[in-house]
Amino acid sequence: MPNLNDILILLPELYLAAAACLLLLLDAFMKAEQRPLLHWLSIAVLLVGIYLVVAGQPSQPVTAFSGMFVRDGVAEVLKVFALLSTVLVFVYAKPYLIDRKLFVGEFYTLTIFAVIGIMLLVSAGSLVTVYLGLELLTLSSYALVALNRDSRLSSEAAIKYFVLGALASGMLLYGMSMVYGATGTLELARLHVLATQTSMPHLLVFGLIFMIVGIGFKLGAAPFHMWIPDVYQGSPTAVTIFIGSAPKLAAFGMAYRLLASGLGDLAQHWQLMLACLAVLSLAIGNLVAIVQSNLKRLLAYSTISHMGYLLLGLVNAGPEGYASALFYAISYALMSAAAFGVILALARAGFECEEIDDLKGLNQRSPWAAFLMMLVMFSLAGVPPMFGFFAKLLVFQAAIHAGFLWLAIVGAVFAIIGLYYYLRVVKVMYFDKAVEGTEIRLQGDVSVRLVLSLNVLALLALGLGWGPLFGWCQRVFVG
Amino acid sequence: MIDPQMFQLVCFYAFAAVTVVAALGVISLRNTVHAVLSLVLTFFSTACIWLLAEAEFLAIALIVVYVGAVMVLFLFVVMMLDIKQEQVREGFIRYLPVGIIVALVMLGEMLALIGVRAMHQTLMGANPATAAGVSNTEWLGHALYTQFLLPFEIAALILTVGVVAAVVLTLRHRTGVRHQQASQQVLVNARDRVRVVKMAAVTPAPSPAPGKETTP
Repeated sequence: MPNLNDILILLPELYLAAAACLLLLLDAFMKAEQRPLLHWLSIAVLLVGIYLVVAGQPSQPVTAFSGMFVRDGVAEVLKVFALLSTVLVFVYAKPYLIDRKLFVGEFYTLTIFAVIGIMLLVSAGSLVTVYLGLELLTLSSYALVALNRDSRLSSEAAIKYFVLGALASGMLLYGMSMVYGATGTLELARLHVLATQTSMPHLLVFGLIFMIVGIGFKLGAAPFHMWIPDVYQGSPTAVTIFIGSAPKLAAFGMAYRLLASGLGDLAQHWQLMLACLAVLSLAIGNLVAIVQSNLKRLLAYSTISHMGYLLLGLVNAGPEGYASALFYAISYALMSAAAFGVILALARAGFECEEIDDLKGLNQRSPWAAFLMMLVMFSLAGVPPMFGFFAKLLVFQAAIHAGFLWLAIVGAVFAIIGLYYYLRVVKVMYFDKAVEGTEIRLQGDVSVRLVLSLNVLALLALGLGWGPLFGWCQRVFVG
Repeated sequence: MIDPQMFQLVCFYAFAAVTVVAALGVISLRNTVHAVLSLVLTFFSTACIWLLAEAEFLAIALIVVYVGAVMVLFLFVVMMLDIKQEQVREGFIRYLPVGIIVALVMLGEMLALIGVRAMHQTLMGANPATAAGVSNTEWLGHALYTQFLLPFEIAALILTVGVVAAVVLTLRHRTGVRHQQASQQVLVNARDRVRVVKMAAVTPAPSPAPGKETTP
C-alpha cells in the first residue's frame, strides 16, 4: 500500500503537477496584460522545483509506489539540469512569443507538464512508468509544436512528429511486451535479475531490439532521425529550444533506465547495436549539416551528430561510460539552449533569423551577440577549452576503454568534419559584409541578455573547470 | 466429447488468426470504411482472447469503449472525409457484404466463447484473481489503487494534457460573433424582464375560451 513516505519521495513531481494545475487555473482567470506575471511565476515554480529535488535528495537510492519510482543520484542530476534548462527556455522564449502573438499561458503549463514527464521518466523503476512518463513528455511536445496554428510549417511538423512518435511508442511498447513475456516482470530491478535466468533468451533479445528502436527515436539517432530536421525547423523557435534541450536529458535517462538498470546484463547484445546507431548518427548528422542553409535545420542535424557522441559513452556499458554520456547530455542541453537562445534573441516580429545568411556581418551590428554565438559554435564543435570539447573527450575515452577504439577514431574524424559547418557560421558573422538596410541586434529586456550571456559564459567556465560537474556525474554511478 | 483443453487452444488460435488477418485488413484495405470495420473486428477478437485469459473487465472495456465509442467516432470521421462520390452513393449495399462478414465472424467467436465458458478450463497461467476468490474486476480495481497507483495518476496527468492541448489547438476567439452569454443571462433580474402593470379591478366578463365549448 502507498503511504506518506511514498508521497514524500515523490514530492518534487507532485509539487510541479499541483503548480501546473494552479497556473492553468490562474491563466484562465487572468487578463492578457497580466500575463507577464504568469511568466515569472512559472520560472519561480521551476526554481522551487530544483530546490525540492536537491533538498529532499536521500543519501541512498530509495523506491516508492511498489518500485514504480526510483529516486537516486542519476535522477537527481538529470532533474536538476532538466529544470534548469527549462528555466532558460522560459527566459529566452518570452520576447519571441510576445512578438508572434503566441504568448499564451498554455505554453507554460504544457512545458511544465512535459518537464513532469521528464522527471517521471528519468526516475522510472518500471517499464510502465517509463512508458507513461515518455507519453506525458511527448504528448505535451506535440501540442507545443502545433502551438502556432496558423503556420503551415508548424502544423506539418506537428503531424510528422505525432505520427512518427506514435510509431516509435508502438515499437517501444512491442519491445516491452516481449521483454515482459520473456521475464514475467515489469519492474526494472527484477528484470535485471531475471534477464539472465529466462528460459526464452531469444524473445528477450528480440524485445531489446524493439526497445532500442524506441530509444533511438527519442534520442533522434540515425536511422530514426527523420523527424528531427522538420520538427526543429517547423516549430516556433521558442518550442524548438525546449525540444532541443531538456528532452535530450530525458532520452539519456530513458536509455540508462531501460538498458543499464533493466537489461544491463545483455550489454554484449546492445553495445554493438548502439555502436551502429552512433556511427550512422555521426555520419548523417555531420555530412548533411554541411549543405544546410537554414540555421535551425543545421542545428537539427548537429543534434543528430551529438546524439551519436552521446551513444559513444553509452556503448561503454560501465559506470565510466554512463558518467561520460550523462556529462555529454548535460553539456548538450546547455549548449543547445544557448544556441537557440541567441537565435531567439536576434529574432523579432517579422524576422525569424533562421537563415545562416541572416547572420551576415553580425559582428558589425552587434559585436556581443556575434561573440556569444561564436563561443556557442566553438563549444558545439568541440574546440578547446570549451565545455563541448571536454564532453567529447570523455566519451571518446569511455569508448576506448570499452575496447571500441575504432568507434572513437570515427567520432574524432567526424568531429573534424563537423568543425567546418560550425566555423562557417562564425565566418559569416565575422568576415561577411552586412547586407545594407538590415537591422539585426539583440532583442529583449535586460533579463534575457543577462541570462543568455551567463549561459554562454558558463559554457566557457565549465570548459575550464569541468572537474566538479564530471565528479558529480561519476559519483552517481558508483555503488 | 471434445477435450476442453484442446477446444480452448483451438479457440485461441482461431481468435489470434482472426485478429492478425483483420489487423492486416486495417492497413491493406483501400476503402477506409472497410478498414475501420476491420479494426472493429481486430478489437473484438482481441477482446475474445482476453476473455479466454479471464480478463473480463478489460475485454468488456475494450468492447464498450473502443468498439462502442471510439470506433463509431472513427466511422463518423471517415465518412466525413472526402471519399470518392460514386462510392458514397453506392453506400449501404456496397458495405453490406463486409459488414455481414464482420458480424458473422464476431458471432462465431461469441459462440466459441460460450463453449469455452461451459467447459471452464484455463489455458493461460494461473489467475491470481481466481486464486484469491474475487472477481476479475475487483482484483483489477484493487491492483489499480494500490500497486499501480502511480501509473494510474500519471495517466490522469496525460489526460489533463490532452484536454489542455485540445483547447489550445482548437479554441478560437473570433471578434464580431454574437454569443449567448450565460453569465449575463443568470445575472438578469425578474424586474428587467417582466413589467407588472396596475389595472382597474373591474374588467369586462371574459368570453368563453374556444376550447371549452367542445366539452360536453
